[in-house]
This record gives sequence, structure tokens and C-alpha cells, in this order.
Amino acid sequence: MTTAGRTLREKVPPDGLTGFDVEKVRRDFPILRETPRGKPLVYLDNAATSQKPQVVIDTLTRYYRAENANIHRGIHYLSERATEAYEGARAAVARFLNAAEPREIVFVRGTTEAINLVAQSHVRPGLRPGDEVVISAMEHHSNIVPWQIVCEQAGAALRVAAINDAGELVLEEYERLLGPRTKFVAMVHVSNALGTITPVRRIVELAHSRGIPVLLDGAQAAPRLPVDVRALDCDFYAFSGHKAYGPTGIGVLYGKAPLLEAMPPYQGGGDMILSVTFEKTLYNVIPFKFEAGTPHIAGGIGLGAAIVYLTGIGLDRIAAYEHGLLAYATERVAAVPGVRLIGTAKEKAGILAFVVDGVHAHDVGTILDQEGIAIRTGHHCAQPVLQRFGVPATARASLAFYNTQAEIDALAAALCKVRELFG
Amino acid sequence: MSDLRELYQQVILDHNRQPRNFRKLEGANRTAEGHNPLCGDQITLYLRLENGVIGDVSFQGSGCAISKASASLMTASVKGKTQTEAEALFHTFHTMVAGEPDPAFDPEQLGKLAAFSGVREFPVRVKCATLPWHTLRAALEGRGKRISTE
Repeated sequence: MTTAGRTLREKVPPDGLTGFDVEKVRRDFPILRETPRGKPLVYLDNAATSQKPQVVIDTLTRYYRAENANIHRGIHYLSERATEAYEGARAAVARFLNAAEPREIVFVRGTTEAINLVAQSHVRPGLRPGDEVVISAMEHHSNIVPWQIVCEQAGAALRVAAINDAGELVLEEYERLLGPRTKFVAMVHVSNALGTITPVRRIVELAHSRGIPVLLDGAQAAPRLPVDVRALDCDFYAFSGHKAYGPTGIGVLYGKAPLLEAMPPYQGGGDMILSVTFEKTLYNVIPFKFEAGTPHIAGGIGLGAAIVYLTGIGLDRIAAYEHGLLAYATERVAAVPGVRLIGTAKEKAGILAFVVDGVHAHDVGTILDQEGIAIRTGHHCAQPVLQRFGVPATARASLAFYNTQAEIDALAAALCKVRELFG
Repeated sequence: MSDLRELYQQVILDHNRQPRNFRKLEGANRTAEGHNPLCGDQITLYLRLENGVIGDVSFQGSGCAISKASASLMTASVKGKTQTEAEALFHTFHTMVAGEPDPAFDPEQLGKLAAFSGVREFPVRVKCATLPWHTLRAALEGRGKRISTE
């Protein structure tokens, strides 16, 4: 096993297949030079949160050092600058998702808040007893619980489309669930627990042919795959800034303008109004109607910087590089005796979940941590997925475009050590 | 690896592989459920308490090596003890894995349970080791409802 930092990085030359220079991008992430427990950091917990490039860190620092002001209200220089930067970030996000206009981009705290917003403001007002909301069996808790809440409020039912043993959505089952009582579909784009890329285009088509709107949970997809909301024709798309190399506490809800316009506000407060009297309040236009109170200005601007950075590399190149690395990781990890992969879909992105025979995932995580390797263990906020596969917990290595084949070798070697220790 | 050997001592690995008293207890008059939502550890503890003495004790469930071995060794060491003695053992055990460092503390007073002395170097694993004990205490106190580390 290679443990010296230099060896880890030297081993893999720029990927000849994609022309992707991993050494170059690694230099953009200062945390990758850290040595937790005296070992070079091998960060394979990117599905939980990604690391931040220097440009994002610098943007946050510069904002607080030189630009800090409240937005949309000041007539002074700094407020103008901050407003410009914040709205510039919104425009960058709109281009990133290929939204028709920046006003279709609502800044929220993260994917979770985006889904709750849609559940309460779009779905709840029209939901009647006996109506149904359809999700899949591989959703993150954040795309389950908001729908359970709204269904309970309205006396509606939550229907769950099955997945097969590989962790793929069973499209026929999904289609069978779509009926006259189905009012909404909420579906994951890339599963955080399995890595499955769902057939989102088909999912949307099948729902739309019955007049049912669709939300896609893009928390894992947006940082890994090119996303074009107009090509997908989804009605809503949600993702989190911190998983997309941006700051925590900021996220995005994309919604088609006519839908957002028809929705009541999610929260009341400042900035979401045009005028307030005690008799009547006029709400602001979209997206501001959904951004009550002073938003996470620094976060929005930081996310804008992350997106400009990602776009500079190119999501297609990121996807291609991660695809190659995932194939390598799958082969290396599956070759360790006693390791079983959980989630073997044909279409996968950047996430490798597994169990080790006779060793609990938590123990795997501790042993890997001693080698400086950060993975996630547990249920990954997707307990129903683990129940489906009959395991109490999995270990999950999740990749980013700054990970290398040498880091995967370190992972495989540490897994052999797990076997050694537990015999 | 040396740190890991401190955590995963042979007796722990052994009790993980072959947990003692790992069964449902017929004639139990107390049970309690323990759960660690962070890692999914789950334990059901069965107890036959007779006149303040632990006549028999067993457990079932799933969990990591630390929690399973801890449950196994715990059941072996509290069997036949009075409720008060078991409570005292809980406190000593807790002091060893999670208390303020005390150079005067001698883990050997805990016998085989001393194998868990390395756990204190792994703060996120302390709850794995203490979950069975918290569950035991819930059962002893007749709190049948599910307890959680969180």
C-alpha cells in the first residue's frame, strides 16, 4: 500500500482516456494536503459533503472582508455590490442547470428545504383525501419525510415504486403506480446510498403523459453529471451547495416559472413582499416570494463561485473521469475477499456501497479512518434502502473528481487489513 | 495497527465472533430495547430478576463488534449479581470508557471488561460500548420502552 502523500499522487498520471488532469485539480483543494492521523487524507465521503476549492474559500473571505452588506435594499455602494454578486450567482446557477431564466432559481438552505418548500407550497394546497404522491424505494429521507408529512396533512397516500436487486428502479412498477389519483412524483436522480442513476427522462415523460408534475432530487446528481432541466422537462429540481463544492447552508430549487408563480409563499417575512399593511400584503415576484428574510448571501455567492469553477472544468469531463474511477474502484473493492457490493445498477455515478462479510460497517469505518481514509458508514439517511437489501448498515466510498486510482488502491489495501484484523 | 489492536483486543474479537448469552430468554420478566441510530446498532436485552438478583440475562440484536462484544461480556459479568452490584459495575465501566482520565483508575478491577479500556481513544465508538449497559439499566429500572443513544 502507498501511504506517503507523494506516492499517492504520483502514481496516477493525467487520465489518458479523458485528458483529465487530476493532479491539477487536486492543487485547487487545500484540504487535500492535510494529514489526519499522520496519513495523507484519502477523502472518499464526497456524497456526504464535498471539499471546497480555494476559489470558493477566497470568495467567501473576500465577501466578508470587502463586500459584506445586505442585499435588495441598500442604496449604498456595498449593498449594490453584494446584490450584484448574489444575483450573479443566481444567473450562474440558472446557466448551470440550463434554466430558461434566473427567476426560476430559488435559493434555499439545501435540497431538504427545497423539497419541503415544494411539498408545502405546490403539492399541499391541491392535495385531497385519497390522492397519491409517488416516490421510489431508494429515496433519501429528505425525499420521503416531507411527502409523509404532506400526505398525512391531506389524508393522501404515499406510493413507493420498487427497485430490483441491482438497485434499479423498476420502470413498469413505477408506471403502474401512476393513476388518476397520482398528484405528484418526487424521484431521486442519483441515489446517495446505491449510486444508481435513475432514468429521469423516462420518469418525467411517463408522469407528464398523465399530467403529473415531477420533482427531481439532484443532491448527488448535480455535482456529478451535466444537468439540463429543460431537456429533462422536470417541473422542479433540487440540489445542495455543499455537495457541489460550495458552502454549507445554501441550496437551490429550480421550478418552472408558471408553477412558482402559482404557488403561495413558503415563509413570510422581509424581502418576500412588495408592500405590507395590516389589511393586505402584496407578495413579491418570483423568486423573491420564496426568499423571506435576509438570505445566506455569502453562501449564494460562494455557490456561484463553485459553479463557475465546475463549469470551467466541465461537468461532462467530471462525469467521464468519475465514471472511469468508479469502474476501477468497483473492480478493486469487489476483488477483496468477503466484500459484497450493495447497488450494482448498470447506470451508476461515483458511489460505491458495500458490506464486508462478518464485519459491521462501523468497524470497517474505524479501521479505514486509522489509515486516513474517510468513508461513510451506517444507513446514509436511507433506511428503507438498507431494509430492502437486508443489511443494517453499509460502508460507502463516494468519489469526487479529485480522487485518484492510488487512493482507491489505498482503500482496497485497508479493506484487506479489515479482513486481516477480523480474520 | 497498534491503536487498532488496543481497540479490537482479542477478547473483543472473540466475543464478537461468538457472543455469549446471545438468545431470547425464556421466562424473562424484564426486557428493554437499545438503539444507536447513528450506526444502526440494535439490542434487545432480556432479564430475569429474582428478589433483586439477576438470575439470568441474555441479548439479541445486531451491531458492530464493539457493541456486540460489550453486550456479550456484560451479560457474562452481571449474571448472578444484585441490581445494586450491576449498577456499580455500570458506573465503573462508564468511568473507564468515558469518564475523566484518572491515572489512579485500574481497569483490571473490571476483569475481562478491561478489554474495553481502549475505547476511550475512539470517542465516536464510546456509545457502541455503552449501549448494552444503558439498555441493561433501562431493564433493571423497568423502563421497558426503547432507549436511544441520541
